[in-house]
Amino acid sequence: MTTRSAVRIGAEPGRLPRTLILVIVGLIMAVPIIGMIEFTFRAGLSGGYTLDHWTGLVDEDAARTYRGLFQAIGNSLVLAVVTVAIVVVILLPTMILVHLRFPRLQRLLEFVCIIPITVPAIVLVVGLAPVYSVVVKVFGSAPWTLAFAYGITVLPYAYRAIQANLEAVDMRTLFEAGRTLSASWPRILWHVLLPNLRRGVLAASFISVAVVLGEFTIASFLNRSNLQTALLQVSKSDPWVATIFALLALLFAFILLISIGRLGRERKSSS
Amino acid sequence: MTGAPVHHGAPVHLSGVTKTYGSHQALAGIDLEMAPGEFIALLGPSGCGKTTALRALSGLEAIDGGRILIDGKDVADVPTNRRDIGMVFQSYSLFPHMTVLENVEFGLRMRKVEKMERRARATETLEMVGLDHLAGRYAHQLSGGQQQRVALARALVTRPRVLLLDEPLSALDAKVRVSLRDQIRRIQTDLGITTLFVTHDQEEALAVADRVAVMNAGRIEQIGSPEELYTRPSSPFVADFVGLSNKVSAELLGGRVTVLGATAEALGESLADGPVTALVRPEDIRITADGTPATVVASSFLGSLRRTQVRLEDGTVLAVQHGVGDQLETGNTVHVSVTAAAVSVSAR
Repeated sequence: MTTRSAVRIGAEPGRLPRTLILVIVGLIMAVPIIGMIEFTFRAGLSGGYTLDHWTGLVDEDAARTYRGLFQAIGNSLVLAVVTVAIVVVILLPTMILVHLRFPRLQRLLEFVCIIPITVPAIVLVVGLAPVYSVVVKVFGSAPWTLAFAYGITVLPYAYRAIQANLEAVDMRTLFEAGRTLSASWPRILWHVLLPNLRRGVLAASFISVAVVLGEFTIASFLNRSNLQTALLQVSKSDPWVATIFALLALLFAFILLISIGRLGRERKSSS
Repeated sequence: MTGAPVHHGAPVHLSGVTKTYGSHQALAGIDLEMAPGEFIALLGPSGCGKTTALRALSGLEAIDGGRILIDGKDVADVPTNRRDIGMVFQSYSLFPHMTVLENVEFGLRMRKVEKMERRARATETLEMVGLDHLAGRYAHQLSGGQQQRVALARALVTRPRVLLLDEPLSALDAKVRVSLRDQIRRIQTDLGITTLFVTHDQEEALAVADRVAVMNAGRIEQIGSPEELYTRPSSPFVADFVGLSNKVSAELLGGRVTVLGATAEALGESLADGPVTALVRPEDIRITADGTPATVVASSFLGSLRRTQVRLEDGTVLAVQHGVGDQLETGNTVHVSVTAAAVSVSAR
């Protein structure tokens, strides 16, 4: 008995416990989603089911009614693109530079990138409010400027995704091999490093998009309109449409996360 | 030899090169002169500074002092990508997202060589290392030996004037090591590229290099032909590191050393007459009829020869090399004597 339990320590759970855990977690996640889907087909207080709430989305009158919501979706997509651009243009080169040239700064960079996850969003907003009074003066109050704040909130997730890729490939040797083969820094970055960081960069980008699409607190407190703030507004007058859009946003996030999972599997199979 | 080299390497000169990491001095004033087309092996234990010296020559490591001249030009301020060098690394360094052919073409592509020409040159270089049939494969589809041969082809395709090899064989199994090291030497001789080969394996260094530089604590202890290093080591460290040496009590008198009853020329550091330690090769000790008595401890069959350990009366254990026909029984008493004309000595 003792021997048997000693062998089991640290071993992965058997098929039955795994299935059980998956079913329980799956149910916990699925029940509210199924509830939301069911809700979108309800006719109203009169009872019964209808497709009207779904078909109404493509209706011209509805388009006018929900113009604000569509505009907010547009804002969120622009914000997602600008946030990803910030990750790719600022965070990625910084991480590569620190990894290859200034490895002693690795801990500091990690610490800085992890900070946003430890600070509650409301506290972040209090700190960002005076900063945004300056941002508005310099860049105006266009919705995309919110991406500066989002660039900070996605740091922990984007950092981990890129760092995992940096550690999985011997970037230093690849870089040095490139140097001895007459390649300049920019050409090594483009021809050698980026192709080998593709999975990390894509994962960081997808996670950033998912975080931006789900962000509410900062946008709300800085009086900006994005998908989440607009959903809250719409839900006050039309809870069905708000739920439909929430479902669509969830579906989009699922697709992104599944894509990241597939990237991870590709990496394993090719190594 | 396969005729006259088709390409000549550049002369390389390292003069008083120093490099310090914090409080650790990795290079304590390296002086090294390499003739065009020469193959020099930097040999030494881990942490002796041999890889740092190679990286300093490549430009991957900045130096703190001294000068590095390639073809007579000081390259201290020349970045790695403009030094006209080829390098093979210890760890597999092929670009994983490129095929073998694309890897080999890379250096030519960076030098903006036209596509048709670079394809032809890359294929020709792959033929040289015998891997042209694997041109379409990726690094993860190759064995370690194949990867290093592709890395060699990639380093050679631009016909660099200096080739740097940073322990390229250390991750390979014994048979592949020997085959690849012979291939490296053959190609290097054919192309006439000045080559610096870093290794901690003395057999490897002695087998391929024109000259071997033995490094210790950031300095070159001795540089010379493999024969010279083996037969006339200039210091106890070299004698101990290159080949196998027995440490035997001896007496020094007027430049000659008396060890196990025989007298030989004393090599190495200048010491005052008196008791010293002699470093004697196993093949320089013979089992004789009237030498110093010793007891057989163990015997190993090494294929073409046999190495037997014997214990002297003072407890010193010696390794003695002899023919496979002479089988000595453990526990038997034998007599040993030194046959070398010259023996390294160090202070006792």
